Amino acid sequence: MATVSLEAIRKSFGSTDVIHGVDIDIEDGEFIVIVGPSGCGKSTLLRMVAGLETVTSGEVCIGGNRVNDLEPMDRDIAMVFQNYALYPHMTVFDNMAYGLKIAGTAKDEIVERVDSAARLLQLEDYLKRRPRELSGGQRQRVAMGRAIVRKPSVFLFDEPLSNLDAKLRVQMRLEIKQLQRRLGVTSLYVTHDQVEAMTLADRMIVMNGGIADQIGAPLEVYANPATEFVAGFIGSPPTNFLKAQSAEVTIPGAVTLGIRPEHLLLTSEPSPVAGTVLYSEALGAETLVHLRLPDASLVTVRQGATEPLPAEGTSAGLTWDASEQMLFDAEGRRCDQPAA
Amino acid sequence: MADRTGMVEKRGAGLWLTHLGLIIGLLFIFFPIWLAFVASTVSQPEIVQPPMPLLPGDQFFENYRKALVSGINAPVAWMMLNSLFMALGIAIGKIIISLLSAFAIVYFRFPGRKTFFWLIFLTLMLPVEVRIVPTYEVVANFGMLNSYSGLIFPLIASATATFLFRQFFMTVPDELAEAARVDGARPMRFFWDILLPMSRTNIAALFVILFIYGWNQYLWPLLITTDPSMNTIVMGIKQMFPSGDDIADWPVIMATSILAMIPPVIVVVGMQRLFIRGLVDSEK
Ligand SMILES: Nc1ncnc2c1ncn2[C@@H]1O[C@H](COP(=O)(O)OP(=O)(O)O)[C@@H](O)[C@H]1O
Ligand SMILES: [Mg+2]
Repeated sequence: MATVSLEAIRKSFGSTDVIHGVDIDIEDGEFIVIVGPSGCGKSTLLRMVAGLETVTSGEVCIGGNRVNDLEPMDRDIAMVFQNYALYPHMTVFDNMAYGLKIAGTAKDEIVERVDSAARLLQLEDYLKRRPRELSGGQRQRVAMGRAIVRKPSVFLFDEPLSNLDAKLRVQMRLEIKQLQRRLGVTSLYVTHDQVEAMTLADRMIVMNGGIADQIGAPLEVYANPATEFVAGFIGSPPTNFLKAQSAEVTIPGAVTLGIRPEHLLLTSEPSPVAGTVLYSEALGAETLVHLRLPDASLVTVRQGATEPLPAEGTSAGLTWDASEQMLFDAEGRRCDQPAA
Repeated sequence: MADRTGMVEKRGAGLWLTHLGLIIGLLFIFFPIWLAFVASTVSQPEIVQPPMPLLPGDQFFENYRKALVSGINAPVAWMMLNSLFMALGIAIGKIIISLLSAFAIVYFRFPGRKTFFWLIFLTLMLPVEVRIVPTYEVVANFGMLNSYSGLIFPLIASATATFLFRQFFMTVPDELAEAARVDGARPMRFFWDILLPMSRTNIAALFVILFIYGWNQYLWPLLITTDPSMNTIVMGIKQMFPSGDDIADWPVIMATSILAMIPPVIVVVGMQRLFIRGLVDSEK
């Protein structure tokens, strides 16, 4: 167990800058999720912490020690890879034991640690099998087991659930969370899935093109996005964006107004904004109403299942509470009371 | 089984025709071998006088004993041992060298990596026959004529095998090497614990091919072994042919030919399972 801190981390591949300076202090036992669209540099950032990628500039510290120049094995970390990276010719037991064997751990201690990890992950019956004789979920567990037996101070996960089907993903998500709580090991978890990020994270880092746009607790990030990108990326269905002037907002510098679907109300008054109802999706507990505004942009309203459904093709007005709106300047930064 | 009879019924004539074609082809290839076998079991006068017999005679043990123990220039048992050393040396040596060079080329960024790659590629165009004179010169100057090292070393580098392993290593996911690195495995440990066991079907397939390649070497041993006790069997057969007016001992020569075929057959049959798996699928 250890703290992790990144200081002005940068990474370039040749002349291409991929990470443009990320800072974060991670507390002991914290679960940090790095979330962002594909190609924004999440994996690169994680791999720099793991020691699989060199750091172009900046400092990586684990447990207060600078580890920039240490090999992965000397950093006291364990990593779970996206495609599991299990050794195909070894049994489940050997897969989990390999790192301990190399470290020269005593035989009976290896057996004990692997057994207890297997018990924790319900893999006891599979220890003699080869990875190809396991299901996707079981392979995932073996990959986790391999990380656990080493008792590292930091877990690193790179999209560990993205090869699983949707149902299993939800189940494994829960298991990972419980496991991390139980073991109390500092964790960094990379995902492109904002739901995974919201549910797992103590704090999340929202990455956008090699920059950490916002770092904070999931609900805080959701309620108070620092940039237009974060507002659009976190939350599903995503935040609606209106042109500030068409929404009759007159705060200087504000170019875009963001408003979440659940904060919009349909009215019969065509003010301040009106649109044409395209179609409605009744999802049971809630209904999503999609509208087209006069400037051709699309807007989604999320309302309770009991509210009346507007007919398709009719026009409807939209209102919202001014305290829920978010204003962004031309660069996409928050320009009303940025709370954080 | 039920499935198979079903197939015969369904495809009837076509299947029989295919089988007939295969059987004829097989007989066609097998016939000379049969003749050689027959010739190795009869006496010298019976071969020389036409028509040649088509059924085995009663000299089997006599001829084979004569071949194995005394031969014509050197005992065949001795020549087979030479061939075995040469074929094993070439096969194992080639596999070790090409595994290591493929490992270096795929997993390490060292200066001149591309150059080495192309140098290896270049040697594909230089089989023994092409470079035979300079190679002979080198081997002679090293005093390796009539020695096992002279038989083996000039043939031991293999671009083909290096390529095969390079190709295989490139299909191994990078994440596996990274996982091993996180687990604390140094490069050679990764090679030994992970890459090598994963390559074993490839190694088996290659071993069969290279063993036969080594066993069947003809020109090179012919050139550098002048001492009959260093002859390999494939060239040894040729050396048994009479020069001038001598009378050829055909039954013994034929017995030698049959004996020369046995070890490759044993290797192929013995490693068949691994061999076929190696050629068909690279194990996931
Ligand atoms: N080894 C590499 N060499 C060159 N460019 C790379 C390398 N690895 C990643 N990149 C680039 O860095 C960017 C970020 O990659 P990555 O961290 O894998 O993104 P993510 O995990 O967020 O999808 C991508 O544009 C990718 O093309
Ligand atoms: Mg990635």
